[in-house]
Amino acid sequence: MPNYTFTVNGKSVTVDAPADLAMLWVLRDKLGVKGPKYGCGIDVCKACTSHLDGDAFNPCQTPVSECDGREVTTIEGLANGDELHPVQEAWLEEDVAQCGYCQPGQIMAAVALLKKTKNPTDEDIDAIENVCRCGTYFRIREAIKKAAAAMR
Amino acid sequence: MVNPTTRSERGDELPQGGDAPLPAVRRRRFLTYLVAAPALTVAAKMGLDSAASPAAEAIPSLPQLPEVYDLGDLIKLSCEPTKDMLVLEVDKDGTVRLFLPRMEVGQGITTAAAMLVAEEMDVPLSKVEIPLSDARPELIWNQLTGGSSTIRTVYEPIRNAAASARTSMVAAASKKYGLPAEELTTRDGAVIAPNGSVYPFGSLTAYAANAELPKLAVKTKSSSEFKLIGKKTDRIDARKMVTGQMEYTLDLDVPGAMPTMVRRPPTIQGSPKEILNEDEIRAMPGVIDIAMVATGVAVMAETFGQALDAKDALEVNWNPGTIDGLSNEDIKARLSAAAVPFTVPSGLTDFIDAEFDFAPVSHAPLETNTAIADVRSDRAEIWSGLKIPIIALQNIAQEVGLSEDAVTVHVVQSGGSFGRRLFHDGALEAARISKAMGKPVKLLWTRVDDMRHGRIRGASHHKVRATFASNQVLSYEHRVASVKTDWRHGFGEAITAAGAEGIGNLGYTQTIFNMTVECPYNFGAVTEVINEPENVILNTSAWRSVYSAMTRGAEEIIVDEIAAKLGKDPYEFRREFLKTDEARAVLEKVAVEGKWGKNMPDGHAQGIAYHQEYRSRTACLMEMDATDPKNPRVYKATIAVDVGRPINPTGLQAQMISGMTDAIATMHRAGLHFEDGLPLEGSYSQFHYARQKNSPIDVRVFVMPPNREEPGGSGELGVPASAGAFGCAYARATGTKPRSFPINFDVDFEPFPR
Repeated sequence: MPNYTFTVNGKSVTVDAPADLAMLWVLRDKLGVKGPKYGCGIDVCKACTSHLDGDAFNPCQTPVSECDGREVTTIEGLANGDELHPVQEAWLEEDVAQCGYCQPGQIMAAVALLKKTKNPTDEDIDAIENVCRCGTYFRIREAIKKAAAAMR
Repeated sequence: MVNPTTRSERGDELPQGGDAPLPAVRRRRFLTYLVAAPALTVAAKMGLDSAASPAAEAIPSLPQLPEVYDLGDLIKLSCEPTKDMLVLEVDKDGTVRLFLPRMEVGQGITTAAAMLVAEEMDVPLSKVEIPLSDARPELIWNQLTGGSSTIRTVYEPIRNAAASARTSMVAAASKKYGLPAEELTTRDGAVIAPNGSVYPFGSLTAYAANAELPKLAVKTKSSSEFKLIGKKTDRIDARKMVTGQMEYTLDLDVPGAMPTMVRRPPTIQGSPKEILNEDEIRAMPGVIDIAMVATGVAVMAETFGQALDAKDALEVNWNPGTIDGLSNEDIKARLSAAAVPFTVPSGLTDFIDAEFDFAPVSHAPLETNTAIADVRSDRAEIWSGLKIPIIALQNIAQEVGLSEDAVTVHVVQSGGSFGRRLFHDGALEAARISKAMGKPVKLLWTRVDDMRHGRIRGASHHKVRATFASNQVLSYEHRVASVKTDWRHGFGEAITAAGAEGIGNLGYTQTIFNMTVECPYNFGAVTEVINEPENVILNTSAWRSVYSAMTRGAEEIIVDEIAAKLGKDPYEFRREFLKTDEARAVLEKVAVEGKWGKNMPDGHAQGIAYHQEYRSRTACLMEMDATDPKNPRVYKATIAVDVGRPINPTGLQAQMISGMTDAIATMHRAGLHFEDGLPLEGSYSQFHYARQKNSPIDVRVFVMPPNREEPGGSGELGVPASAGAFGCAYARATGTKPRSFPINFDVDFEPFPR
């Protein structure tokens, strides 16, 4: 099997894996990085949302070969040590999470949105497709607005 | 990481505080183990609601069963004999740990439990931990998370346990330092002496566990003394969740447990006959093992990705299932035929007859069925999200041929349930595979399998007849025919054990229906009857709010139609006909705060609805834009909730928002199409659970102030009123009479292969 080298949350890693193995399983089963969750495996629930070179991507539908030489950031790599990212802080302030399973993906999606859109409108927030089966959408919306304000 | 042997490795074996045997819980540093047996207080709630004065003009209805004695009362009674068998420990660093014999799946019950402990023990909330108990068979029925009963069943026992532990700390300090107990107080996790000396609980714990302590009276606080209970509090597990540190079942590292998936039959409850290409599959990259079990063919591999590829490549001959060939329309026809006839004839007075249909709905928790199982010849260990873990343990022990003592079942916090995890399908299947392969197994159901072969809320058909004359409703009849709900997870037995059969000698379904569903209005002669025919058998489990979302949702739509016939405003009509002032209070709250009756643009409308259950009350007022009738958007929701005694208003508001979203999803777009014995839907791109774009932009939840000592339930409370408000808003915005839900139920996708 071929080797692929990339960084995960700032650390360089090399994995031996079939080229078409989805990054979700490389991260979870080979590297023990378990923040990204399985929810559908076909890029529709978005629970595994992470960042590839700073942009949102879904590891469940991205083969490991596409990540070679690139930077992968998961929820575990978002905070700076104990200092949380403003989006994580906003999630705590709004007490968003219920079961919490989708929230790593929701947070990574929100961070990616705020990177491109400093002042997201309700329509921008509506465009986030990540499923929250507990239906925390209203608090997610409020948290994104709060984080946007804090980051200005 | 969780080390599976943590529990047996830890723990300086010290004597326990109480004097009862402790078979399933290993003793540790300091332990209280309470076996108080207070008198049963079954009938304390008799006539609570029916005592209130009915509206002047309406024809009063006789009290229905839930007004007198509801399902939660019954669950509470079933917990009574073992309710005080809680385990609470205090570490030397002052950490207080209460092992909760309930299941956290997002409801926030661990936070509420921590608040109860902190309040009664006088410790900071940050020092309280609430691990979930392993299955403890000695608790009998008192390890069941369902029926919105957790807070109702643990409110008093947890406070008793914490107060008892605090008293033990005082007794220990009193004896150790020779101080009169009555002069000692407690604060911030410490005993305070009259001279100001501070003795942290952590410094007293070893002494308390060893010493013969003086017996002091244990007294819980009165509600007027509460500092934390009733105060808005954030989730104790929130930080773990937002940093990706929260561990769900598949995040646990159990040595040797490798990724495993199951190839499932092409129809519901089918079974495997033979594998046609086993050698080929065994030769695939990463594949470790294959085993045939009752539910399908399991494949173990180095990664889940490889297990998935291998299980998809399997060729298997299958035995038929229970509903092969059956589709939604057939199920609907069987249900319609099964509805019990009305008793009041139509035509003598003004009347409304209506029929409603609700589609089947997946629980679809974001974490699919998952489990880890390590079954050996002499013992077994299971990790899974289980709402009734004792039944899971007993069932698994029987299946793998071990005694119950040889099986340990760990309850793992999970990614949602909504009723799904009342059953232990994943855990049982993982145990069977582990036994068949002779290896520890880490089992993941794919989303497609979880949606098609996982349990669901079955379809239901409703026939409603209301008769009225002048300004009064003379009768209200509701006949429900539902796909048979499976109660074989032990919940049914718990109810029978607690004496439900004596109440009416009915089956589980009619009993549960009778103890949960009630018409809150004075509608004269009210009869509500359910029938679940035996000719549609598929994988079901109670879905959040069970029968109420559909039964009460439909009823609220009819309430609007009766009001219109009588020429009354929907809000004013409800206000007049609701049975109690407490009900009117929450309705008035949403009407005022949500500005009922304000002008709305064309195609927009408000909808208002009320619901009471679990000894709690709620109302919802929605504003909807239905200019595109296929895709209405609820853009504002105002909710009021009265649970009698709110523990954590922040968590309560979260539950109401969550229930509202469930209502919007299932009334608008989320449903399953059965075709030839299997749902077509296999993922969230097909089963349209609500997304951000379907959620209101403005939601306000008003928590009514405490008005009782005892808290009511809230986990499922939010769904029915919101379902009603959605239906009423839609009817008013579109000028239609909606009868079939979800309203937008097209097959707008290409189904996955079977």
